[in-house]
This record gives sequence, C-alpha cells and structure tokens, in this order.
Amino acid sequence: MFGNLAYDIAHLLGGGVLLLSFMLLYQRRLAAVINVFAMQGVLVALAAAWQGIAQDVPGLFVTAAIAFAAKAVLIPLALRLVLKRLNLEGSTEPALGIGASMIGGVMLVALAIMVVLPATAGAHALAREDLALALSVVLLGMLMMISRRNALAQVIGLMGVENGLLLAAIGAAGMPLVVELSTAALVLMLAVVAAVIAFVMREKLQSLDTHALHRHRGEQG
Amino acid sequence: MPLPWAIVFLPWLGAIVLALLPTPRLAARVNIGVSALSLALALAAFTQPSGLSGWTHIDPLNLPFLVVGFVIGLTTAIYSAATIEAEGLDALGARAYHAAFQIFMGAQALALLADNLGVMWVAIEIATIATVLMVAIHRTPAAIEAAWKFFILCGVGIALALFGTILLYVAAQPVLGEEGLSWQALNGAAARMDAGLLNLAFVFLLVGYGTKSGLVPLHSWLPDAHAEGPTAISAVLSGLLLNAALHAVLRAKTIIGGNPDTIPTGPFLIALGLASALLASLALWRRADARRLFAWSSIEHMGLAALAFGIGGAATMAGLLHMLGHSLIKSAIFFGIGQAIVLKGSQRITAISGLVASHPALGWGLALAIAGIAGLPPFLLFVSEFGLVAEAMATQPWLALPLGVALLTAAAALVTALQRLCFGAPSPGVAGARISLGAILPLWLHLGLAAWLALAMPGFLAAMLRDAAGLVR
Repeated sequence: MFGNLAYDIAHLLGGGVLLLSFMLLYQRRLAAVINVFAMQGVLVALAAAWQGIAQDVPGLFVTAAIAFAAKAVLIPLALRLVLKRLNLEGSTEPALGIGASMIGGVMLVALAIMVVLPATAGAHALAREDLALALSVVLLGMLMMISRRNALAQVIGLMGVENGLLLAAIGAAGMPLVVELSTAALVLMLAVVAAVIAFVMREKLQSLDTHALHRHRGEQG
Repeated sequence: MPLPWAIVFLPWLGAIVLALLPTPRLAARVNIGVSALSLALALAAFTQPSGLSGWTHIDPLNLPFLVVGFVIGLTTAIYSAATIEAEGLDALGARAYHAAFQIFMGAQALALLADNLGVMWVAIEIATIATVLMVAIHRTPAAIEAAWKFFILCGVGIALALFGTILLYVAAQPVLGEEGLSWQALNGAAARMDAGLLNLAFVFLLVGYGTKSGLVPLHSWLPDAHAEGPTAISAVLSGLLLNAALHAVLRAKTIIGGNPDTIPTGPFLIALGLASALLASLALWRRADARRLFAWSSIEHMGLAALAFGIGGAATMAGLLHMLGHSLIKSAIFFGIGQAIVLKGSQRITAISGLVASHPALGWGLALAIAGIAGLPPFLLFVSEFGLVAEAMATQPWLALPLGVALLTAAAALVTALQRLCFGAPSPGVAGARISLGAILPLWLHLGLAAWLALAMPGFLAAMLRDAAGLVR
C-alpha cells in the first residue's frame, strides 16, 4: 500500500537532511549554524517517524521523539544559551564559502554515490539509495568538522555525522536494536555537547578557537 | 543471571557504590574489592563451555583477553589505591574517578563478550565516555586539550564504526533477517551475503575501531590522552581499551574473511600496521615526556599486532600473544613510571634518572619492563615478535626489511630511554615522597606473568589461543 509513496517521502526527507548539511557548511554566524542544525534535527526526526509508519515499526516513533526533543529543541537551546552568556551571538567564524562548500560537498556526495551504489548492487533499491544519502550526510559532517576551527561548530559537525548515522539506521529495514543504538549514539552526542559547554563555561580558555588549545600539547616548553 | 552479564554488571554495580562513597581512602579499598571479585568471575568463565547466551558469547577469542583484562584491572586498582593521594584529587574528583574506572572495566568486558555487534559498539562507546572523564579529571588546560581531542577523534571513529555496523546489517538482512547483528550468525552466513556491502562495511569498521586502537593515521589522540589524568588510566587505556578495539577489528575481519568474493582484508591491516609501527618507531626518538614516550610505544605495538593479523596464518597466533604481552608489560611500565613521577615530581624524561641507584626495586622493575616492551627476552613480546618476524619472512619476504627497521629503531629508542630513566646519577626527588609497595608489587607481578607466559604457558591456555587463532579468518 505504501509502495511508491513510502519511497518518495523517505527520499524527500533524506534529501532535505542532505540539503541542510550543505547549508551548515557555509553559515558564518554561529547562531545561524545552530538554527540550521535545529532544522536538520526536525527533518531527521520526521524521517524516523516516516520510516516508523512505512516499516510499521512503532519503536521508530520513540527514536523520532527522542531525536526531536534532543536535536531540535534541547541541544540548540543549550548552545544558544552558551552563545548568549558569552556574547558570541553575532560572531562569525571561518567557513567554506558558498561556492567552495557546494563544490566540496558535491564532490563528497558523488564519492558517496560512487562508493555505495556499485558496492550494494545486490541490495534493495531503497536501502541502497538511503545508504548513499546517509553516507553523504556523514561525509559532509566530517567536512564541516575539518573546515571549522570553532569548538561549537566542530561539535555541530559531529552531530551532523550522527544525523547521517540515524538516517542509515532507520533506513535499514527491520534492524534490531535500532532504537537502542540511535539513543546510545545520541547519548554520546549529548556527552560531547555537555563537554563543550563545560569547558566553555569554565572559562579556562579565553577563546572558543581550538587553536588556542594547541599550545597545551605536552611536548613544548 | 548468565555469567557474562554478571561479569559486566558487577563492575557497574561497584561503580554506583563507589560514586556514593564519600571517603577516597575507603573508595580505593572498595575499588580493589570489586576488581578482585570481577577477576574471580572472569576466571570462573574458564569453566563455562564456549557458546552463545543471548547478546553475549564466550569463545576462545575473547576469554584470554577478558581474564588478562581483569588481572590488569585488579593490579591497577591496587596501584591506584597506593598512589591516589599523590594525584591530588578532591573528594568529588575521587568519587568520579573510581566510579568511572569501574564503568570502564564493565564496558571493556562487555565489548569483549558481546556477540551482538550493536551491543559491542555501545560498550566501546561507554568505555570511551568513561575514559574521557578520567583523562580530563585534573581539569588543567593540557588535560582539557587531551580530553577534547580524544572525544572528537574517537567520536568520529565510533560514528564510522556504527556506520560499518549498520552496513553489515544491511548486508546480512536478506539472509539472516532479525538476527543480522549477531556475530555468530554473521560469521556462519558470511558466504551467502553480498560481497560489495561486506567490503564497504569492513572499511568503515576498520577505520572506526582502528581509530580507537590507535592505528596510524588516526592515532593522534592517543599520546595526549596517555599523558593526562592519573597514571592508572594510562595503564588501562593501553592495556585494555586498545585491545578491546583491536578485538572488534578482528571480529569484523573474520566475518568479511568468511566470504570468498570479498577483497582480501590482510593488505589493509598490513598497511595500517606497518605505517603505525614505522611512524611510532621514529616518533619514539623525539619524546620529552615519559608518558607520551610509552603511549607512542603502544601505537607501535598495536601496529605490530595489526600487521600480524594482516599476514594471517601462523602470524595470527603471534598477534594474539602480542596483544596479551603488550597489555601486561605496558601497564607494568605505567605503574613504574607513575611511581617515578610521584618520586621526582615531573613526567619529563630529563627530570627522571638514576632510578636503579636511588630506588632499586622500582629501577630494576622498570628497566626490565622497558626491556620487555622493546622485545627483549625472556618476556612474552619476544616470543610474539619472533613468531611475527619468522612468519613474515616465510610468507611475505618483502615485509622483513621495513618490519626489521621498525623493530630495531623502536628497540634502540626504548633502550636509550631505559638508560636515561633507570641508570646514571639519580636526579633530585620530591622531598618526603616515598615509594609504595602497592606500586612496586603490581609491576613485578606483571613482569612475572609476562615471563611465565613466555617460558611456560599452561597447556590449556596455549590450546585456547590456538583455537582463537583458528577462529580468525
């Protein structure tokens, strides 16, 4: 009954998540980065809920609810609070330009497709394309982690990677433990967010720039 | 409760108790008690038949690592009780530290025991979070830098490992359905699964868990993490966490190797292993910090073990021995170095010298341990490195040259460090710092175990390791 519709909507949502990954790459203002991440969280939660309907796995609604609560509400709120406390709301930080991020991102997406599609010739079409989408989101998240120097932006890049994982997990039909695994991955992300907030708030560091950390490497002096 | 779960939950129960205990001195003793009980449970696993129980399994590939892990857990708890005061933790810090230690012990046991690859992944994740907490516990800028790097790099690593796990499931789903995350089931049905997906899954699992086992080029968190936090943490990081991660790589390699149409996994492991061993053997020469020096030596040894698994065949046994020997001797070194740091008040190599003259029991113990890690007889690493080189010469002669260069360069660097740290005129120490039996005893116990396993390994253990090597494909 959900033949093509299930397929199309899953793709639409996955494509939306990918689009937001591109947007994350070139946003310069931290507040904007957080907003885009919150939108991505909403879409990922919707994608999980849709898979819950399409595959008839009620557990995925739990995943969707947790993802929504954490990624669309809790984490963005907490991060925005940090920005406010530190007066960083308007601050900009180096990001790839729109042109460069489009070129880099498209290359990574092409790479993901070239890697996944031939390797998965035997698998179900939906699973294949979902995997290609998910891998693209993972790679774009990693690109963001590499191109940013700000600790908060790097954490958001890592959470982008995790969104890609969630996309892959919910797309793998009938995967056991999917709720538990996605929750465990989210716990890791929450721990990372807590860590970054703790170390920012402790104000041991004058700047959020991770380059400020490098002088503390034990080898010098 | 089935035994594997008891082995995992006892430390976690202990962690709850330790988080509630207000006095550090009492907590340190309870920590030893919990570790001793866990070791007893792990030893009891020898009496259990191999096999599956729910999400966990006991087989020859995980049992030796489990037992050695809990031996090191117990000795580390003893060492930690003897030196915890010198770490200068406040009451809350000590509670967090002891609780995190037992959470880590339970998680690394679960990572070894898990049959379900999802559960294994969660276990490695928990172990990571617990160790990050312990690395950052001093809250100095350097500790925060180390913890941050550890968290971000390993976060990416375990994210990739999860992607690999999901890919494995996608490959298994048409064949196995809901059972598609069980290692036993995957291992049995690998030949019927899609080879392309298995290849892809292996790459992600190798890079993901390889990050956690400190393989080059994803090693850069490791020296930083080993240089910070209480020294006891360096001992369990090197001794247990790296093994748990490499064990996960081995499990993945075995599944992929069960399908004749997949790419050979050996060359990947050989490439990463050789790169790790060569880079680390050079890096060992330029270290100024004693804990970083031995962290780099861990990278070298994980590289050698990965290389052995890459060569396969008879070298697999050498790789397993290498992991066991490295755990025992490296943790012994960290006990010795930790005690030396307490005595000298610095972890810079130039600040520590003449230990043999000033503290013979510590100096000789550390000297023997460093000789052991450099691959000199009569310790287990000599046996494993000998087996590795012999098998490399026999099957892949071109490997002999780079492998020999790496082994000799590293050994020379370590012997140089040995001379600086242990011999010569004693450097000035901290007034009033005393050597404690609780640090020396574990050091010598590990040396004894490593020599005993090398010279007279009990028959049943040798047979078990042979079975384990037979399991790896």
